[in-house]
Amino acid sequence: MARFVVRRLVGMVLVLFAVSVLTFLIFNVIPNGDPAVRMAGKNSTPAQIEQIRKEWHFDESLPQQYLFMMKQIFTGKLVSYSDQTNVWEQIRMGLPRTFALGIGAAILWMTLGILLGLYSAVKAGRISDRVLTVLALIGISMPVFWVGALMNYYLGYKLEWFPNGGYVEISEGGIGEWLYHLILPWTALAILFIGVYSRILRSNILDTINDDYVRTARAKGISERRVMTRHVLRNSLIPIVTLWGLDFGLVIAGGAVLTESVFDLQGVGQYFAEAIGRLDVPPVMAVTLLGAVFIVVLNTVVDIVYAVLDPRIRLG
Amino acid sequence: MSEPILEIDHLQVEFRTDEGVVHAVDDVSLTLAAGEVLAIVGESGSGKTVTAMSLLGLNRSPNATFRGSARYRGTQLLTASEDELRAIRGAEMAMIFQDPMTSLNPVQRIGDQIAEQILAHEKLTKAEVRDRVVELMDRVGIPRAAERARAYPHEFSGGMRQRVMIALALSCSPSVLIADEPTTALDVTIQAQILERLKELKDETGTAIILVTHDLGVVADIADRIAVMYGGRIVEEGTVDEIFYDPQHPYTWGLLGSITRVDRDRGERLPSIAGLPPSLLAPPEGCHFRARCPHEFERCGQVPPLEDRGAGHPDRCWLTVEQKRARRVVDDGEIGLAAKVAVEASPEGLVDRRETPPGAPSRVAGDAGAAEDARVAEEDR
Repeated sequence: MARFVVRRLVGMVLVLFAVSVLTFLIFNVIPNGDPAVRMAGKNSTPAQIEQIRKEWHFDESLPQQYLFMMKQIFTGKLVSYSDQTNVWEQIRMGLPRTFALGIGAAILWMTLGILLGLYSAVKAGRISDRVLTVLALIGISMPVFWVGALMNYYLGYKLEWFPNGGYVEISEGGIGEWLYHLILPWTALAILFIGVYSRILRSNILDTINDDYVRTARAKGISERRVMTRHVLRNSLIPIVTLWGLDFGLVIAGGAVLTESVFDLQGVGQYFAEAIGRLDVPPVMAVTLLGAVFIVVLNTVVDIVYAVLDPRIRLG
Repeated sequence: MSEPILEIDHLQVEFRTDEGVVHAVDDVSLTLAAGEVLAIVGESGSGKTVTAMSLLGLNRSPNATFRGSARYRGTQLLTASEDELRAIRGAEMAMIFQDPMTSLNPVQRIGDQIAEQILAHEKLTKAEVRDRVVELMDRVGIPRAAERARAYPHEFSGGMRQRVMIALALSCSPSVLIADEPTTALDVTIQAQILERLKELKDETGTAIILVTHDLGVVADIADRIAVMYGGRIVEEGTVDEIFYDPQHPYTWGLLGSITRVDRDRGERLPSIAGLPPSLLAPPEGCHFRARCPHEFERCGQVPPLEDRGAGHPDRCWLTVEQKRARRVVDDGEIGLAAKVAVEASPEGLVDRRETPPGAPSRVAGDAGAAEDARVAEEDR
């Protein structure tokens, strides 16, 4: 176990190196990406641009520039090229919002995914199962920015049932307002996953239900409910739980970009999206690396949880 | 023998499938006395597993139809409610399944899986259940039982897992133990150990056993009576001695001839019955064994009733006792079925099994994979 974690941490360092080099290079080859020109503004003289280039180390070689940026990232001194604010400060402000969105949506999609998947499996082949299948496919096919925009427009702007985007801190508006502002984003983000999870769980259950050990369980004389929960559902959920960890990591590490932007939640995702729009490399680098760290850590946690849930799995 | 505790009367089981209705069990009547060992023998797809599963209602489904009667100490098993069946399952009648590798839940500890059954039927404290589990595991011959109870199924070998299944089945001291091919998935030395253990446990506990198997060699040592099944019907029933020394049905002769023996010459082909079992989707008229039987005559177009034709035990073959005794091949002290001439054997293009490559389908409808098997057999024609 300890060896496993250490190996994953070493792996993480390699991943971070690769991701950072790649991101750095991509932004260097993008046309019109010269930060000095952009920072100097429209009416600048070549001399001013040269001045900025020197000040910000843009005149040095690529490896040196990379090292300089990494140093700033790890010392917390990284600042944005476009507004000179400290990147970590900005991320720290956005992180609670991103987590509020991601955790809430993850709970929502897991709960509904399990309920609908179980119901669908129990009613397999009947009308209600087919209706749910169609609904799940529709849910999977709708892009989040589109659903989000529709919800925002009809439920928020037109009907005024919900606020038209925005985020309210619990400390400011209380838990009621906080929830009220998050319901639409949670739903928009969760719809896709509810569809996917319910479908996966449905087929897992239908596979498991025919397994020999389920027949053994029935032959024991335990109640059908216990057969379903302790044997069928328990075993069908194992892959779902691990998937959940991975998807949650993806959402936090960037999957929420669209949702945050559509609902103007001002989280890390939206910050990231805006930075890309301005070709502002430092925030992009920082958020990308943070996302990578998050994904590697969650992957490790998922693997450990998997080994706990299924004793046949050995960590190695 | 004492009063029968289990009486199966004219049991018929049918499954509706996409390809049609599978007549898995056709008019099976059997009785089981307390403490008796009854072996049900037949090829895969002969309906023996379906018969066994029907007793516990484990194959109930909207597509299954059960007719006739199966009575356990006054309870009509075929029409019993799920609650009534649940009280019987595990406590009164327990079942050991064929494949110990897949019959245990892979993510639960062995001890917990046994405890689950005990707790379903008896009110005991945690400590009492734990003691019972360890005692059971000890009794079926699992070393270091207390420690092994905390292990998971994948940490057990096949033979040990089958011992766990036996411990599970015995955990509530059932009156009837149904063992469905308990040794088929195990290698030969382990087979002998498991059978020996079953026999000892039967003597200790007085549990009646229904032993379902395709291997006559397995039953000789342990069974009191044998019912031979073919194509969903019982074709012959008698004591072990009657079946082994005075078999009446040509199918039984074939089964007896197919027992593998170590003292046979290596160069010889393993004896087998030519042809394939009948499709239970569209069973042949009359005797189901007709197509493979070298002694077929006009009368075989009618279904022969299961009755004593003078041999002292019942069978389903129209031949007279004298004809049977004269025709069954006694070769080197062994009884066998003279193979039907290949051309004659293939009126519908039936395949001579001796020419079939290894792994070719030899099963037809009846088990869980009934529909698929039936299709495979169709394609084979």
